[in-house]
Amino acid sequence: MTSNYQADHYVAPIDETPLLATDSVRTDQAPLSLWAEAWRKLRRRPLFIVSALLIVLLVVIALFPGLFTQVAPNDNCDLQFSDGAPTAGHPFGYTFQGCDVFSRVIHGTQASLSVGVLSVIFVLVIGVTLGALAGFFGGWLDAVIARLGDIFFALPLVLGALVITQLPFFKDNKSVWTVVMVIVLLAWPQMARITRGAVMEVRNADFVTAARSLGVSRMGSLLRHVLPNALAPIIVLATMELGVFIVAEATLSFLGIGLPGSVMSWGNDIAAAQPSLRTNPAVLLYPATALSITVLSFIMLGDALRDALDPKSRQR
Amino acid sequence: MIQYVLRRLLQVIPVFVGTTLLVYYMVFALPGDPIAALFGDRQPNPAVIAALRQQYHLDEPFWVQYGLFLKNLFTFNLGNDFTGQPIAATLGRVFPVTAMLAIEALVIQGVFGVAAGLFAGLRKGKLFDSTVLIASLVVIAIPTFVLGFVLQLVVGVQLGWAKPTVGSDASWGTLLLPAFVLGLVSFAYVLRLTRASVIENMNADYVRTATAKGLSRPRVVLAHILRNSMIPVATYLGANLGALMGGAIVTEGIFNVPGVGQKLYQAILRSEGPTIVAIVSVFVLIFVVANLLVDLLYAWLDPRIRYDK
Amino acid sequence: MKVPHMTTSKISVSEAGASDVKPLLEIRDLAISFATSGGEVQAVRNAHLTIMPGETVAIVGESGSGKSTTALAAIGLLPANGRVSGGQILLDGEDIAGAPEKRMIELRGNTIGMVPQDPMSNLNPVWKIGYQVRETLRANGRPDGPDDVARVLAEAGLPDAHRRAKQYPHEFSGGMRQRALIAIGLSCQPRLLIADEPTSALDVTVQRQILDHLDKMTTELGTSVLLITHDLGLAAERADKVVVMYRGNVVEAGPSLDLLRNPRHPYTQRLVASAPSLASRRIQVAKELGVESEDLLAPSEASPGAAFTGTTAQHRAQQGKDKPEEVLRVENLSKVFKLRSGIGRSADFTAVDSVSFGVKRGTTTAIVGESGSGKSTVAQMVLNLLPPTSGRIVFDGVDTATLNSREIFAFRRRVQPIFQDPYGSLDPMYNIFRTIEEPLRTHKVGNRASREKKVRELLDQVALPQSTMQRYPNELSGGQRQRVAVARALALDPEVIICDEAVSALDVLVQAQVLNLLADLQANLGLTYLFITHDLAVVRQIADHVCVMEKGRLVETGATDDVFDAPQQEYTKALLNAIPGASLMLPPEVATA
Repeated sequence: MTSNYQADHYVAPIDETPLLATDSVRTDQAPLSLWAEAWRKLRRRPLFIVSALLIVLLVVIALFPGLFTQVAPNDNCDLQFSDGAPTAGHPFGYTFQGCDVFSRVIHGTQASLSVGVLSVIFVLVIGVTLGALAGFFGGWLDAVIARLGDIFFALPLVLGALVITQLPFFKDNKSVWTVVMVIVLLAWPQMARITRGAVMEVRNADFVTAARSLGVSRMGSLLRHVLPNALAPIIVLATMELGVFIVAEATLSFLGIGLPGSVMSWGNDIAAAQPSLRTNPAVLLYPATALSITVLSFIMLGDALRDALDPKSRQR
Repeated sequence: MIQYVLRRLLQVIPVFVGTTLLVYYMVFALPGDPIAALFGDRQPNPAVIAALRQQYHLDEPFWVQYGLFLKNLFTFNLGNDFTGQPIAATLGRVFPVTAMLAIEALVIQGVFGVAAGLFAGLRKGKLFDSTVLIASLVVIAIPTFVLGFVLQLVVGVQLGWAKPTVGSDASWGTLLLPAFVLGLVSFAYVLRLTRASVIENMNADYVRTATAKGLSRPRVVLAHILRNSMIPVATYLGANLGALMGGAIVTEGIFNVPGVGQKLYQAILRSEGPTIVAIVSVFVLIFVVANLLVDLLYAWLDPRIRYDK
Repeated sequence: MKVPHMTTSKISVSEAGASDVKPLLEIRDLAISFATSGGEVQAVRNAHLTIMPGETVAIVGESGSGKSTTALAAIGLLPANGRVSGGQILLDGEDIAGAPEKRMIELRGNTIGMVPQDPMSNLNPVWKIGYQVRETLRANGRPDGPDDVARVLAEAGLPDAHRRAKQYPHEFSGGMRQRALIAIGLSCQPRLLIADEPTSALDVTVQRQILDHLDKMTTELGTSVLLITHDLGLAAERADKVVVMYRGNVVEAGPSLDLLRNPRHPYTQRLVASAPSLASRRIQVAKELGVESEDLLAPSEASPGAAFTGTTAQHRAQQGKDKPEEVLRVENLSKVFKLRSGIGRSADFTAVDSVSFGVKRGTTTAIVGESGSGKSTVAQMVLNLLPPTSGRIVFDGVDTATLNSREIFAFRRRVQPIFQDPYGSLDPMYNIFRTIEEPLRTHKVGNRASREKKVRELLDQVALPQSTMQRYPNELSGGQRQRVAVARALALDPEVIICDEAVSALDVLVQAQVLNLLADLQANLGLTYLFITHDLAVVRQIADHVCVMEKGRLVETGATDDVFDAPQQEYTKALLNAIPGASLMLPPEVATA
């Protein structure tokens, strides 16, 4: 590797690249926690703003339907208006039974949101607890929880729900709670899997080992170090699942194994609108649109959160 | 590889036993008369009840009942429905229709989903990509049964491009619309997954090295970016088969497709407990076996898997 | 031809060489910028270098200096958001800076080859090695039969090439993968090979073999090499010319030895002074003789010479307690892991095999070894995080295996770790105050006010401004995070600190700073260090005693200077020989201009 060619010894003028102090601390910006950083990214995303506003609106509708319609959804049903076109005060027209569609859409919000929110809460409690324990402690606990999850995972949601709802208890007590129970029973393994994976990714991090060698107990390091760092995928999945569970409730109600007919819900209304689909599609389209917009809001929120919480996009 | 297959088989067995046990336990072993519960409010004739007791061996201890149930399942001895028809024979007749529907839906989500995802991923941030991203969110948000009704109404009734209901005339052509409805949500998921995977792989070191070797762009895209992006997609398609089955019930119900899902849908409407349990058990069996196959496909797609642990 | 001081003009090629030799690659006034969310960022400015046919030129710099970016531009592989914003890249006189992709595809492989940095991520995991070689040959229009593939692999030093070609990357060790990548890079006999840190992910002994082989092949083929490295010693040893880059600029360029012996730019001077592979003195000793730590980084100061080698122990004894007692004693320590090797079967893997050593209070003992030597497992056991299979760990006269949970809690106050990865060792959710306060709170030391006071003191001790308290780890650089980790380790006033590769992930200058900090703290607080590292050069800088481990066994132990000057075991000799630039180990007076 020798050549008779001889090179110059070149030195750049020092003022062109002045030496910086090695490794100086930046002091010009406000401190930025990961959550603050995610929030800064989020609030600039139109996807997040739109979905957050929609969700706030939906929550208000669910809590105070009376603010949006004065018409009681069931009392004023009159068969003379059956499948009637919109009139003043009844902007969406009438159902086959002659009920006010707008009022039913507004009042149906509560059932859908309650099922979604309650299911997600219970799925979080069960899935995160089992997933975190399995991922953190490993060994036989992991094996047992993983197999248990596999068993429920092998029952697809609609199929599993079909069997469960054949049980006398569920047949006799149809309500928001039975639907929530069915969904939670069949959907927790997904959350447990995600949590387990996220926890396993963090549990061997040096900062966890460092905490243990400081004298922090195993449970303490799980709660204070591992879980907070595994939260991002859990939050994203929970948000998306809120939308998915609302669809599940509507699908089950549509199949006649979800909410009882007495509970006002979009799924029930869509099922009831089926016979008059060709003559008066509006009856189906309004609750269907409400349902889709609700689900879209949560899916969009989840998507925006995923981007904002993505560790790969973090600055180091 | 053989090690891997054996290990997967060993893992599948407890899952299958556990799942069928769960299904069976819920229907037959909970307190109360299972036969009466299966019929709900209706009163079937005593001959049917006697046949059912015989079919499910309800006089035997639970484990024997369960064992015989499994044996019946594997020999497709699924008993009779309320009209006295053997369920297995009915299933045999309607199964090909559902298989056709599922294959069409799988092609729509697999082939078109991957192609669109690859296209979007390679053009990250461009107009096509942003449009597809938003559109896919909207598609995901629309429940299958809503989409089914809307397309039935618009494409079938108003535009008259396809038959709004399939009826007895099930063919690749008439099933296209239901298959589209069935596959569309997963199509959107596959698209997004492929896109994310393509974007990740595009920045992978081995892709840069492949380019540095002097390979042409199409070759780098196909042999390195796309090939590696198939791994998560295969996993998703396997896990998603369950959703496909659930969707088939809804879709076949809406479009009146004479398939397994429609039989199940009718059984639900008529509260035919035994038929429901039989069909769901067959579905679970298919799901577990299909996932095993996907696992093997996965091992073929990703050689690292075969050697792990 | 030696040019006198401070040449400010660009290299003028025509007058430099013989007139009939034309440069193969000439980079002129190259500027590269990246489009980021914060706008256009200049990564490289005014870069220039010349490579003659058959010559090896090294670009040396720290991370972020623009060295890799410059090299990638030469093969047209800048990331999607990067672009050449000025200057020329002349390959045989043809400007390829703005060449169309079609032309670049023609050039890649058979005119410009590349050997990338990380052997683990640069081979596609789903294709067999042979396939990945074959597609290279085919794309460049060369014969691509099985025999050709095997020949290419065999030339890169892979034995049994026919069988190896049928294996997947994950069946290869790191060194074998790197050989496969070298085979691919040279398979089409390119005229220029870009080698981007080709061995930085490998163990030193493997590194040496691979670099030797690469040298041999490129010499035989007459290939020019553009070598990118962070290691000045390695660059000087392997290249004819060295180009030093700093913050996107070329700050100095010249013949290797000349540049090393006679660095003129202040940055190069700093780099030469801090390069661990070139240093031959122990920081602590130097300091005791009145050399301040900052001066160790500044090359203008005269540094203590070889006269002080061998006096380490003496100084230690004077400075420490009169009678240095053994604070930590490891006896016949073994660790056996059960590995699953198929269904229901398991194999034993002995990670640590009957290791014994002692650590005297106030001294630094280094455990050095390559990957898989078991050194980190020893650290885990000493930290009481992993139970030994057999053997004893005696801390301050007590066998740690006999401690109950309350005593272990007390033990943790006295023995603290510092880990390798400055990105992984701090919880990203905790701000710096909470991070350093956590040990105090866990052990219920003081109240909130007194803890805050202590945190401030600790930050002072590790030379970080107190305002760092409010920051989060993601806002700090690697070196700063490592200082925070040191502060956390010091919070409970421990006696022993286990440094597991504590400086391995840092750039040389930052590494030197942290090593100096550790030396200062030892002098002031009488700390005892157990230093786990793969880097013998670092050992020389910081350790009093050294234990060399290979495959779980302790092969040699002794005072650092004895081991370095007169290694007894073959393995130790191989390790020492493998230090890049070891053969160039400069006498101190040369290292300073």
